[in-house]
Amino acid sequence: MLIRYFAWLKQRTGCSQEELELPASVLTVADLIAFLGERHPRFAEAAAKTGVIRCAIDHEHAADDASINGAKEIAFFPPITGG
Amino acid sequence: MAVIVQAEPFDCGAEMSKFTAGRRDVGAVASFVGLVRERDGDASIDAMTLEHYPGMTEKQLAKIEADARSRWPLQDCLIIHRFGRMEPGEPIVMVLTASPHRAAALDACEFLIDFLKTQAPFWKVEEVGGDERWVDAKASDDLATERWSNR
Repeated sequence: MLIRYFAWLKQRTGCSQEELELPASVLTVADLIAFLGERHPRFAEAAAKTGVIRCAIDHEHAADDASINGAKEIAFFPPITGG
Repeated sequence: MAVIVQAEPFDCGAEMSKFTAGRRDVGAVASFVGLVRERDGDASIDAMTLEHYPGMTEKQLAKIEADARSRWPLQDCLIIHRFGRMEPGEPIVMVLTASPHRAAALDACEFLIDFLKTQAPFWKVEEVGGDERWVDAKASDDLATERWSNR
């Protein structure tokens, strides 16, 4: 699965994207955040602050309890500051 | 009806003229233009860079636009949003809405910019005195989006 990071989260993970094989136990966005936190401690730090990390599954906003089943691309980013 | 995501600057006046050219059915056009401001609190901004998520940006803007059209009788609608580096005074975003009467045009324009601010994946980095800093999201932006769910 393709995992992408945007804005200052890229600095936390040291990469803008990575292709990962996920263990079968990773079912939801929250599970994935926990899994990625083990790879990237500074990502985990950001995730520990509630609401700081947002997620999109295949270009749609997704909540923490959303299923990642069948997703092609999952992105993580801080709250949006456009406009 | 159009959504445009581009790096190049745009001319607000020219866009407005094009928007209504040759139309005799439109009674009201509402517009919003967001510009790069030279001050953010005490900080003096040299420039701003907007990062975005290509693919998701276009998809989310199209969704917001479709939502606005389902809520109000719009005859036309235009959203232009830039990405990349821009300096104070430059336009970042423009929203135009057209309808037979002003209420729908004004409300839809406000709705579009409110939703755009929390749904379209853009992130700002400010250049201040040679340093770069990511702009924090405002809680007031979330509130501006939420109030539309009560209408």
